Order: sequence, then C-alpha cells, then structure tokens
Amino acid sequence: MNQRPLSPHLGVYKFMYTMSLSILHRMTGCVAAVGFLLFVWWLMALASGPVAYATAMHALSSPLAKLLLVGFTFSFVYHFCNGIRHLVWDTGRGLERAQARRSGAAVVVAALVLTAIAVWFGCAAFGLAP
Amino acid sequence: MSLRTPLSRVLGRGSAGEGVGHWWMQRVTAVALLPLTLWFVISLLGQSLQSYEAMRGWLGQPWVAVLSILLVFTLAWHAKLGVQVVIEDYVHGKGAKAGLLLLNIFVHLSAAVAAIFSILRLAIA
Repeated sequence: MNQRPLSPHLGVYKFMYTMSLSILHRMTGCVAAVGFLLFVWWLMALASGPVAYATAMHALSSPLAKLLLVGFTFSFVYHFCNGIRHLVWDTGRGLERAQARRSGAAVVVAALVLTAIAVWFGCAAFGLAP
Repeated sequence: MSLRTPLSRVLGRGSAGEGVGHWWMQRVTAVALLPLTLWFVISLLGQSLQSYEAMRGWLGQPWVAVLSILLVFTLAWHAKLGVQVVIEDYVHGKGAKAGLLLLNIFVHLSAAVAAIFSILRLAIA
C-alpha cells in the first residue's frame, strides 16, 4: 500500500512567480472581504446620522486606519485586475505559459499603479497633501 | 450499464449534488462587479467624503442608491462564495469547518442586509 503513487503536493513543483500571483488572488480576496465589512460599517455610520458619521470618519483618519485602508485598497485593486485575468482564462484564452507570465506581470504593474492613484485621490478626500 | 438514474443524468449535478452552480455564480457576480465597483469608486472619488450632508445627498439619489444596492448585494454574494471555498480548502476539522461555513453565510447575509438598509434609509427617510 505504501508503494502506491501519491498525488503531487505543492512542494514538488518548481517555484514560479505565477504561483504566488494565484495564492495572492485568494489572499487579497479574503482581505477585500474584510474590507467590505468595514465599508458596511461606514455605510451604517452614514445612515445613523451626522454624529456617528463624524465619529467614523475620525476613526478612519488615524494613522493605523490609513495604513489599513491602503492595504484594503491594494487588495481590492489586485483582486479586481487579476480577476479580469481569471475571467479571460475562463474563455480559454491566454493560458499559454508565456501569455500567463506576461498577463501576470501586467496585473502586478496595473495593481500598483492603480493603488497609487487611489491613495493619491484618497489623501485629497481626507484633506491631506498626498 | 450505468448505475446513475435518468434523473441524475439529466440534472448533471455529480456526487456533490450541486453541479457547477457555485463556480458559475462566482463568475456571474465577478462580471457584474466589474462595472459596479468601477462606477462606485470613480463616483466616490468625486465626492467630499468629509461632509455628511454631501455624502447623504449623493447616496440618497435614486440611481446612485439603486446601483449601490446592486453593488453591496453582489459584493456580499461574491465574497460569500470566495470565503466559502477558502474555508472548504483549508479548514480540516469537521466541526470547525461546519461552524465557519455557517458563520460565513451569516456574516455576509447580515452585511448585505445592513448595507441595503443603510442605503434605503439614506434614500427614503
């Protein structure tokens, strides 16, 4: 029985950066799901009235909250961009190794650039010089 | 000779009993979220976030409210499907898995209801 072949585990594959992009898709999805709950909390504050909204906005302007917001922003943007990549794959296109590597690199660049743009606008919305 | 019943063959759901429903809805919600999130983020960036009155006035408009409700509903659905797969793949204890899968449904359903209620209150009250 012990001589029977095992199905391959993660450790037997040669590492390629496209693997980490795939894992990152799940991780950013989970982080974005937590970010969604924060967004709902913000909506509830807005619906509760001016005092609750001011409290929420004050809490969101702390340095730690801002750091978290940047993290949520990156997670969302990455998941959005890589999600498009996955939807294209679902149509059967772009699955060749070279294509998948190229689209992976494009997603990383796009996610970083879009995060930077969103943070820039976010700083303006919070009344901060970027 | 197949042991499958004719009904089972027609339904095509396999041994898990649910077929491709999860996979398909994940894609449907993903496609819907592309324009919805893009619209919301771009519109939100044009608003003065610090002003309660401005935010309330913006979210309370009929079209903004309707699209926002579609957004939070679809987001909650998509997040529920995604987190469900992560729990199914990485949590191995039978009790822990069942508990987390239940919690996943409750949290996302509650979030969707809270968000929709908030938007309706801003739009109607």
